[in-house]
Parts: sequence; C-alpha cells; structure tokens
Amino acid sequence: MTHGLGLRSLLAASVAVVLGMWMGFAGHLLGNAWAAEPIKVGILHSLSGTMAISETPIKEVVLMAIDEINKAGGVLGRPVEPVIEDPASNWDLFAEKSKKLLQQDKVATVFGCWTSVSRKSVLPVFEQQNGLLFYPVQYEGEECSKNVIYTGATINQQATPAVDYLMSPDGGGKKRFYLIGTDYVYPRTTNKILRLYLTKAKEVKEADIMEEYTPFHHQDYQTIVGKIKSFCAGGDAAVINTINGDSNVPFFKELANQGVTADKCPTISFSFAEVELQTLDVKPLVGHLASWNYFMSMKTPQNVKWVKAYQEWCKKQGIADKQCVTDDPMMHAYIHVKLWAKAVDQAGSTDVEPVLKALEGLEVDSPVGKYKVDEKNHHTWKPVYIGKIREDGQFDIVWRTREWVAPEPWSALTYPGRACDWSGDGKGTFDLVEGKRTWISESR
Amino acid sequence: MLGQICVRFWTLLGLAILSWSVGGATAAPLEAYATAIATADRQRQALEQMRELTDPSFKALLIALKEGALYTWQGQLLILSDSGAFQDLAGQPILDASSQPFLPDDAVQVPLEEANTPLVQRVLDVISLTDADPKVRRAAALKFGNLHDPAGVGLIEKALMHEGDPSVRSVMDEALNKLMLFDPDPQMRRRTVEHIAAIRAESALALLKSLVEQEQDVAVNQAMQQAITSIEGYLRLRNLIGYVFNGLSLASVLLMMSLGLAITFGLMGVINMAHGEMLMLGSYTAYLVQESFAAYAPGYLDYFFFVALPLSLLVVGAVGLCLEQGLLRFLYGRPLESLLVTWGIGLTLQQAVRLYLGDQTSVNPPTWFRGGWEVLPGLVLPYSRLFIVMLSLLSVIGVYWLLYRSTAGLKIRAVMQNRDIACCMGIAARRIDAFTFAMGAALAGLAGCALSLIGTVDPEVGKTYIVDSFMVVVLGGVGKILGTVLASLGLGMSNKLLEPAISGTAAAVYAKVGILLLVIVFLQLRPTGLFPPRERATEAMTR
Repeated sequence: MTHGLGLRSLLAASVAVVLGMWMGFAGHLLGNAWAAEPIKVGILHSLSGTMAISETPIKEVVLMAIDEINKAGGVLGRPVEPVIEDPASNWDLFAEKSKKLLQQDKVATVFGCWTSVSRKSVLPVFEQQNGLLFYPVQYEGEECSKNVIYTGATINQQATPAVDYLMSPDGGGKKRFYLIGTDYVYPRTTNKILRLYLTKAKEVKEADIMEEYTPFHHQDYQTIVGKIKSFCAGGDAAVINTINGDSNVPFFKELANQGVTADKCPTISFSFAEVELQTLDVKPLVGHLASWNYFMSMKTPQNVKWVKAYQEWCKKQGIADKQCVTDDPMMHAYIHVKLWAKAVDQAGSTDVEPVLKALEGLEVDSPVGKYKVDEKNHHTWKPVYIGKIREDGQFDIVWRTREWVAPEPWSALTYPGRACDWSGDGKGTFDLVEGKRTWISESR
Repeated sequence: MLGQICVRFWTLLGLAILSWSVGGATAAPLEAYATAIATADRQRQALEQMRELTDPSFKALLIALKEGALYTWQGQLLILSDSGAFQDLAGQPILDASSQPFLPDDAVQVPLEEANTPLVQRVLDVISLTDADPKVRRAAALKFGNLHDPAGVGLIEKALMHEGDPSVRSVMDEALNKLMLFDPDPQMRRRTVEHIAAIRAESALALLKSLVEQEQDVAVNQAMQQAITSIEGYLRLRNLIGYVFNGLSLASVLLMMSLGLAITFGLMGVINMAHGEMLMLGSYTAYLVQESFAAYAPGYLDYFFFVALPLSLLVVGAVGLCLEQGLLRFLYGRPLESLLVTWGIGLTLQQAVRLYLGDQTSVNPPTWFRGGWEVLPGLVLPYSRLFIVMLSLLSVIGVYWLLYRSTAGLKIRAVMQNRDIACCMGIAARRIDAFTFAMGAALAGLAGCALSLIGTVDPEVGKTYIVDSFMVVVLGGVGKILGTVLASLGLGMSNKLLEPAISGTAAAVYAKVGILLLVIVFLQLRPTGLFPPRERATEAMTR
C-alpha cells in the first residue's frame, strides 16, 4: 500500500513540476499578466559612517511607505521590491552604488542621497543612464536636473520665510541679523541670498547685518559669541545659523554659558530636525528656532495617524522608542514614494519619461495636508513652519505660512530671470532675455 | 491697587459687552469668547476685546488657535492636544465608546485670519507678563521693551507690582526705561537717560544712538550724548577684559590638550599620532559614565562628572599602557614606523568607537556647570571654562611635582637623559618607559573628559586636537614642561587678541591662518622652539 501511494504521489509531483515549468515559461512569454513580477526600486542612503544617524530613519520610512503600497495591492498590480545599498557616507561610493542600482538591478527609480556632495556625485550617473532619483533634503538650490525630483525645501521655502517670521510682530519684529555659518557652499549661498533679500526686499540697512564664517569642526566660539552678545544687546536682533554638524555643539554651549538666551536673541537654524535633536544635549538649545516644512508635533489628524503608523513600524523593526521620531526629510522621503507610486499608476508604466510626465503637477495627501509637484521645475510646493525647540527635543510650532510656497530652484535675487522648465518641450534651466528663453543646455 | 481695580472694571465691562454681542448668552466667559473666535465675522471683535485680559485660562485656547490645533466637530470646540488626542475646552479628552481617544475625520479646523494673528500674539504676550514661569514673564517683558509702544508702560508697571523674581524685575525695569525714553515730558526723558547711564545699560545704547539725532530738547540731548560716551567707554574696557579671559581660556584648553603630548613626544620622543584619539577616548569615557548614571542612578546624574574625571584618567592610562607594552616598545628609535603605527591605531580607534558607540553623542555638563559668573554687567565667565582653567593649572602643578619632586620623576628624567647610565644605576628603564607613556595617555584622557564640557564628543574629534597639540609642543621646545605652558599661553592669547582685530566675515579662519604663519616665522628664527633642550638630552633623543 505504502509503496503504491509513494509511487503515485511521485508521479503527481513530477506532473505538477512539469506543468509549473510550462506555466512559468508561458507567463514569461505573456509578460507580467499572470505572475506579478515585482518592480524593483533602489534605496541609496548611508547606513554607516557619519551620515548614518540622519539617513537610517529615511531608509526606514521609505520601507514603511513601500510596505503600505504593497499591502494596498502594489503598483500596476505588481509588488514593489526595495533594493537597499549602503554608500557608507562616502560620496565616491554613492556614484558606484547608483551605477550598480541602475545597470545591474535595473531599478525603476532610486530614493536617496542626503548631502549635496553625494547628490552632485550621483548626478552624472543618473543623467547618463536616464535614471530617476528622488531627493528628500533641503538644499542650496541652483540645480534642476531632468532626472531628479527634489522634494526638500529650496532656500525660499526655508530660509527666507524664516526671515519673514523673525521680522513679523509674531517673531518679535527683529531688524538686525547676525549670519553665522561654516565656510562652504550651502551657508555662503544661503547668506548671499538672505543678504540680498534683507537689504532689497526688507529694507534692512547693510550696517545691521553681520556675516561670519568659521572653518569645519571649529571648536572655540568664545570671541564670536562675545560679538553676538554685544550685537544682540543693541536689541531687535536675531542669529541665523548655518553652522554645519559637530560645531553646533560648542556654539550652542557657548551661547548658553554666556547667557545669550532665546528670548533676548533667538537663533534660527536650518540643519537640525527632530532626529538630530534626539542625540544632542537639547538644554542649551531650548527656546531657539528652526525652520522646516514639517514638524513631528504638528497638530493635524493626518499627522497624528502617520506618526502612530511609524511608531508601530518602529516596534516591528525593533527600533528603540527614543530614536523613533519623524522629521522633515523623513516626511519628504515618505511622500516621494507615494508620489512615485501614484505617477506610475497614472502613467501605466515604470519608464522614466512617462513617469516624469505624470509627476508634473501631481498632488498627493501628506501629513502636512495636500502636497504638490511643480508643473515645470521638478521641485515641490509646500507650506513652511517655524518651530521652537522644547526640552524633549520636539518643537512648538510658532508660525506657519498661509499658503504653499512655490519652489524657486534659482533665486530671483541672485539670478534674476533664471528659471527651469521640463514640461512640454522644455529643456531645463533657461534665462529670460528680453522675453525670450535661452536654454542653458544649448548656450554652452 | 487702584490699577488692579481699574483692570477688573475694564475686564468686566469687556465681558459685559461681549456677552451682549454674543447674544445675551449666559455661557462661561471662556466658552463665550471661544465661540466668538470660531465664528469668522466675530473673530476680530472678540480678540480686540481680549486686549487687556490677563486670565491664564485663555492661554490654551489662543495657542491652539494660533497653532491651528482648534477644531469644530459636531458643534463642539475641540483642541488637538500634544498627546495626539482631541480635548474639549476644559481639557477633558474626547473618548469613544471603548473609552479610547479617537480622531474624528470630519473635524474642521478653525481658521485664523492673517490680519488677526498679531492680535492673538498681543493677547498672549499680555497674559505671559503674569505667567507662572519666570522665563516666560522675562521674555514677554523683553518683547514689550523692544516694541516702542507706549501702551506697554502701563502693562509693565502693573506686572512689576506683583513681580517677585529679581531677574525678571531687572528685565522689566530695563524695558520700562526703554519705553520711557519716548515719554512726552522732557524732564522724564532726562531722568530716564541719566538712570540708563548710571546702570550702563548696554541694551539701550542702540536706541539712544538713534534717538539722539531726533532729540529737540537741549538738556536731554546733552544727557544722551554723555550717556552714550559713558556706556561706550565701559564697553571697551569690558570687551578687553573679555578678550583676555578668552585668551586665557583657549590657552588652558591648548595646555590640557598638549600636556600629555609634551610627555610622550617631548620627553620620550615617540611621535604619537593617536594622541588625539586618547583625548577622544577620555571624552567617550565621560559619555559612558554619564549614560550609565542616567540608566542606573538618574537621581545622581549631576555628580557623574566626579566619577568620570578620575575614571577617564585611569581608563585611558590603561589603554596607553597596553599600547606601549603591545606595540610601541618594539618601535623605540624608529620614529617613522611609530608614526605610521600610531596613526593606524588612531584610525582603528575612531572606527571602533563609531561602530560601537555611534557618531553624535554629547556630554551634558552637570547643571551647576551651566551658565557662568557675571563679573561685570554683560561679561559672563562660563563656569565650565573657569573649571578648565583651574584643572589645567592643577595638572601642570601635578606634572611638575611628579617629574621634579618625586622619586619616580627622578627616574624618568634619568632614563630620558641618559638611558645607559640610568640602567647602570639599577633603574628598570623598560618599566619607566611604560609608566611614562601611560602617564602621557592618562593626561590626554583627563583632557578629553574636561573638554567634553565645552566641545563635541565624536569619533573624529581627535583630529581637531592633534595639530594644535603638536604645534604647542614644538613651539615650546621639545622636552620642556615650562615651554609647553608658555607656548599655549602665547598661542591662546595671540589667537584671541588677533580674532577681534581682524575684520571681515571670516575672522576665525584668518586668525588661525595668522597663528600658523606666526609659528612658521618663529620656528624659522628659533628652530628648536622657546626652550631648546640641552645638548646631552638631544643626544639621548637621537639614540
């Protein structure tokens, strides 16, 4: 008996295997109609090295968005499969890994990069291979690639509204500004634009603006804080801080120790959000300000739900409660996955060209309400919020713009007449000369 | 007292008008105001009526309105609280059937008209003047002082009557003075100016400068000019004292950094490129002690530094001992190899710390190290920096005593000066080597722990220390403790006096460049540093 059964089941199994092989073959011939072959997408964020602290949560939130999409039936009826690469905070490696993702894994899109230098290093790869990159972080602008969707803030979506706030009665009607930064491209560009904005648009006197730069990893801020203190004693003053990374710690410690408090002289910063605050000594920072497009403490039902969803995700992934916070770049990273999925569904294809077309003017719901990609310039529309740092590393929102702020990759103050258009037969960045567009790509 | 009664009267009158305008409803004032605020065409009127209100129970409502956390749902006004649950105006959470907080999807946000935002802020500022938290009161007083709005005088005077906190009182006083400069009575203005000159209020300087141009009254104008000269004179003196202290403080930081190196490099001639990493390990020891206090004895967190300081000395000293015994003793007399090996060790330590302890960590100074000692109005010497100055002095005295007054020091100096003869005298030169190197490392650990009070704690922090340390030791003359002390004093002072002297946007950068140039020129003139070692010691070094 047993012998007979074994033989029969063996026979049945082999028939099934042969049938299965045939079906697989047929399925392959018919494209993806039967077996839903997954769509591969790349995640290119540093999971080790100096940037890991900021970029690891981005990877998590992208994975969470992908998981949500898959649970809701995937994209074009196919599941989305993430391919994670770790460029280890090394910008040469960013270029290599992006080449690998595009050529070897043939991913439909890549979500990635944090620092400007890493973005600049992958840019030629994406342009050469005609890939698609979603970039989630605020940056200095002056770039508009066909192959990149920039979801983070441009300078007019973060720095200039910060000045608007400080000068408003809400912000204490500040009239004098101390610009302090690390000596490299982002602070220099931001301050160049801010200085023009303050003097031209806001009629602040040149004498009421101080500008100062320190080298990377600068540790001794005694003299500078002394100067800031004297400057602030004059009243109506604020500090605009673009100091990079580790130097912020001695800077804020010195401010606190010398008694430059936020009520007398608030400091507004553009580079640390909730994630970075969890790892810092927040006490000297309490009361100072930050400008972003999203805060974890935002009081909308959508945001409360999103934060709850992320906290559940943390629990599943075994991420400690203390590290489980959401912030601005994470919100952008989450939204760009949703934008991509919606665009692919609308385009009916994962090819870069139709997806880019579908992305023009595309709107999705987000934790900050409606969120929109610009019709032309590959950047996004969003509101701007000012937050005051609390002892628990969260922010009290003290101000917001009424409307969406339109993205300006090229500031009208430093490059009047320059803009960017990829819609229709647009060829990217152009200068408006006597009412006519001169494409930068052609004039080279 | 009279003022208080007046306020009562006005508030009551305001409420009476409001309840009349709301339609004679007998609702509680808070709810009446809230309903009016939530109605678009009554919002402005209601906010205007709240102008002089000081009742703190309105605060939550107004903040919610400003933050966009005020919602209407089924005819009810709700506030979305920090915990992510809806609450009613009395602060009770809204619960569903299973008594869980829930988020209705059809709640509608109460809009705040853009033109009304300043009104909300104004009401909040007035309420803040009598807030329970002195910090909030101080901030509000500062704000009124800068508004140049004469209406603030009455409000601040009223608040001053009940103010008990001296620091808030002084801020209110200052704000009041600034506002009284706008008083229509010249006598009053002159008295205010004289008062400002007497208390040397730096905060009024800019205002005085702008007002002096418009002042018509001759006597007031003269008083203003005198006040400006006296305040400016005081500021010059104060700044100079400040710069000298800054220089002293930087000098003590440099001294702490390089004292260990003065021993390992200066005395022993080992080029220890991992010296910066020894400092870094000291900082991380402090960090680990702090974290374990936070985890196991949170009540004693303020005292962690007392444990961290000796522990970092011991831990890093032990690391130094291992390093010497395990590697460096095989490399004596081969400076190039020891340079490369120690550099490699530095890199390994950096990555190991990054891997196991993470990147952005920070040591939070104990609460009594925060803030500083205000020696003159506006000149604060931070306690943490004063502590480092003291500690560096103690370390120098300690090292001096150890090297020149103790038997161990005698042996060390004997071995360093003439190894062979010292061996003949029965001194265990190998053990002296190990001890000396460990001592150098331990001093670096102590420095790292102390410097974590004012700086960063990250794996690459050593890089920022190592160059300066070598500069100090070379400049001071290899092998001399006194040279190291004087070199760090000279470098620190000239850096901090140079920095304010350079104008432009990158004074900190150019001051550093200037210092490097000075050092280069100095070493061209005196290649062996401030205190060149004597001949015999030089021989011993090149053994």
